[in-house]
Amino acid sequence: MSKGGPLRLERVGIGDLFEVGLSLDLGEIGCISGASGSGKSRLLRAVADLEPHAGEVWLGEQAQSLTPGHAWRRQVMLVPAESHWWEETVGQHFAKRPADEELRALSFTTDTLEWQVSRLSTGEKQRLSLLRAVSLEPRALLLDEPTANLDDATSERVEAWLVERIRSRGWPTLWVAHDRKQIARVARRHWRIASDRLEELESV
Amino acid sequence: MNVIDLSWWQLSLAALMVVALAGCTAAMRLGMSRSLLIAALRTVIQLALVGLVLEALFAAERLVWVVLMALAMLLIAGREVMARQKRRLLGGWAFGIGTLSMFLSSFTVAVLTLTVIIGPEPWYRPQYAIPLLGMLLGNTMTGVALALDRLTDTAWRERGVIENRLMLGEPWQVAIGDLRREAMRSGLMPMINAMAAAGVVSLPGMMTGQILAGTPPSLAVKYQILIMFAITLGTGFGTLAAVTAGSRRLFDSRERLRLDRLSTPRT
Repeated sequence: MSKGGPLRLERVGIGDLFEVGLSLDLGEIGCISGASGSGKSRLLRAVADLEPHAGEVWLGEQAQSLTPGHAWRRQVMLVPAESHWWEETVGQHFAKRPADEELRALSFTTDTLEWQVSRLSTGEKQRLSLLRAVSLEPRALLLDEPTANLDDATSERVEAWLVERIRSRGWPTLWVAHDRKQIARVARRHWRIASDRLEELESV
Repeated sequence: MNVIDLSWWQLSLAALMVVALAGCTAAMRLGMSRSLLIAALRTVIQLALVGLVLEALFAAERLVWVVLMALAMLLIAGREVMARQKRRLLGGWAFGIGTLSMFLSSFTVAVLTLTVIIGPEPWYRPQYAIPLLGMLLGNTMTGVALALDRLTDTAWRERGVIENRLMLGEPWQVAIGDLRREAMRSGLMPMINAMAAAGVVSLPGMMTGQILAGTPPSLAVKYQILIMFAITLGTGFGTLAAVTAGSRRLFDSRERLRLDRLSTPRT
């Protein structure tokens, strides 16, 4: 696998959005906000190449259109707002057993991995899906409202854990968020979807 | 080998009883009588017609007629496979995949069974070829239809899971692996059940027919075993081909799940 690099969107178009261009450096977080239904999630899906779209996405020197689909998504990892679980227990969804301190950082214990998937709450699923994606060590992250279903205290904890990971691993990250305070805390750059365009807001 | 002759008035006694059954369901307002009567009528007309066709076919004993008959059966089976799917692949793929996989498996198995195993003279002798192919196609059709229906319908229901697995970087074959297994299972289950129950719970239709026609049971049993293996082979390879092609068609060259290639069910 290549070593990654900055994430660059070049004239990406999907749904009503078109000509979206932006670039994120290593370890840089960019937030995207917009009314619901404005196409934030679909834009992330285009970057992960889950839907047909216009334009090109670059990860360092690597072009999306020249990389096999699964290899691209393995590196540019999308964590959806609603996660899905298909095996019996939590642990079966992890290719590699996550470290204990990672589990503790997200308020889990080591036996969480033995839990039945059916007993997970929405918030637990959300935190575990973040851990599941992060423990695959991708090269870039696409987060769709990663703290939407969490209470305030947990939300801040998860947010801090994510920011720390992103900075230390140097993952360029697109982060869809609603909460203005969260955007101000995690991101230096902030785009908003205005009808069919992505416009950058002055940094706060 | 003497078979007691059946005349039409004797059949009409059986038909009268079917009408009586329809009358009962109508009286109890079960809403079944209409479809029951239509199905019974279709049986009479279709079988009477096919009887005429077979009489002509047996008399002529020409390869080209056998082939034409086989093709007609195949196309009707392909249409039936398509009609039995709730969400079918658009753009002729449902018909194409179903028909092609039935053609590959049923025809190959039928020709092999005729030439290598049974060996009538000539090998396409209609008396052997048509019933054999009919039983093969009928069962393969059920298997292929069940498997494709299960595959597309589950892909629709489980699209969140499949896409989430794609997001985690799994190749499409892995992301749809569980669905493929389930689809294969539902395609092959009827035949596996039939083999398991054969002779114990149910007496298979062909064997019963041969025994009624005066064939010694030991020979009828051998034919039945041969037919069941042939049907299993036809169904198995047909289902395998259909599931492989169908699941490939659910993804595009970028390994994206493309549910827009499925039709929406009619209400």
